Amino acid sequence: MAKVPVQFTLNGSEKAEFIDSGTTLLHALRDKIGDTSPKGGCHQGTCGACSVIIDGELRLSCLTLVETCNGAVISTTSGLSEAGVLHPLQRAFLDTFATQCGFCTPGMIMAAKVLLDHTPNPSRDEVIEALSGNICRCTGYEPIIQAVLTAARSNSQNAA
Amino acid sequence: MAIRRGRGVAAINYPTGMNLGGDPTQALVHSTPTGNFMVTLSSVDLGQGMKQIMAQICAETIGVPTDRVVVDTADTDTGPHCMGTFASRGTHRAGNAVIQAAREARQVMLEVAAEELEVNASDLETDGQGNILVKGAPQKSISIFDVALSAHFKRGRSISGRGMFLIPRSYPEKETGAMKPSTCYAHACTVAEVEVDDETGEVTVLTVKNVFEIGRALNPKMVEQQLVGGSWMGISHALYETTEPYYPNRDHGGTDFNQYLMPGPGDLAETEIIVLERPSADGPYGAKGPGEMCANPQIPAVANAVFDAVGVRIDTLPITPERILRALKAQAAN
Repeated sequence: MAKVPVQFTLNGSEKAEFIDSGTTLLHALRDKIGDTSPKGGCHQGTCGACSVIIDGELRLSCLTLVETCNGAVISTTSGLSEAGVLHPLQRAFLDTFATQCGFCTPGMIMAAKVLLDHTPNPSRDEVIEALSGNICRCTGYEPIIQAVLTAARSNSQNAA
Repeated sequence: MAIRRGRGVAAINYPTGMNLGGDPTQALVHSTPTGNFMVTLSSVDLGQGMKQIMAQICAETIGVPTDRVVVDTADTDTGPHCMGTFASRGTHRAGNAVIQAAREARQVMLEVAAEELEVNASDLETDGQGNILVKGAPQKSISIFDVALSAHFKRGRSISGRGMFLIPRSYPEKETGAMKPSTCYAHACTVAEVEVDDETGEVTVLTVKNVFEIGRALNPKMVEQQLVGGSWMGISHALYETTEPYYPNRDHGGTDFNQYLMPGPGDLAETEIIVLERPSADGPYGAKGPGEMCANPQIPAVANAVFDAVGVRIDTLPITPERILRALKAQAAN
């Protein structure tokens, strides 16, 4: 299969790769670039574990062809912490015990980040809506909802 | 046709592990040259927090802070044998094995400290902060760091221990068939409130109130986390989850996890969790296994609540709208 050149920004650093045409972004990130924070759950766009942020929008990396990402700005959970300090969402997931097996956590955090980027003080219903594309088997969702609300509160306190 | 409300209660006893064929777990503990401790297990952490609990149990037994313990569950080929993480047995079985291994390691540690301090090992105690003191004369002390260095480089001792926890196999009595499937039981009781639409058969769980008796909660936040998730899972089992078709035709069955129904974040019942701690006689520091039992009492509680609401007994899971409507139809026909 023909290789195609792909260039994009991943968590602030430039990436340039020759990748098989037809490769998904999920596969490229995990197996080519080595960022394993997006998880492959269903590979059909229904579980949300592979969620990443592309140009500010929440996207499913398992359904995104990497060729369509030329010039894009992509964020994954592995790029969230700065100088060893966890992002407020990561901190809140830890503090509210919102993760057990951890497989859904990166996707949940990306979905929550897009919500908080657009809606800094979301209602409970807005949090539920934002997380509704992500499946969790362990937590029963309530701790995750609480984590997102907690992160929103800590953000607004820091801003004040 | 109306929305009808009902309330149901259920209580369960749940065994910790299984001793139908014997139920062993092995653990090894050893110190590093600088007085940190390694716990080696083949028991696997599936996300329930076994590594954290084993670190706490080892630290408590040896007398060091939890952050001085590393738990290695890397490889079931090379680690000491474990029957596995199932039957809610991880904390109970592996925890007991870790206590035994850690006690043996602690004994060697105290013997080396005794040689360094020129006292009897039986006169020593740990302060839980990484030091070994002479009982009644705490000014005479040595750090575990120095004890480990001495053991490794001066005295040629391995500060290590072996643990093997085995509940012997229980054989049924010939006459009665009576046997002892478990030595340790957790308990739970749930009250569920539901609304049933007797036109569509749809069930909405309004509230779930759970009381769990789980022995001693070795890590209360992690116990709560597992119980909250388990309560949701119980509702999911009661009303949604099946690999069979919802309707008789196989073509209507789920073909993969995309069509395997579970309640999402918008479908949560108001949930209450109360934890009762009655330390078990043979559990590590009194623990029992809360793992699976926490997802059980919601199922009969919801079935009973449906009966209370619309007067039909559904005895096949999940309790789907179709099953309720068929039962209502049969009830009306009688």
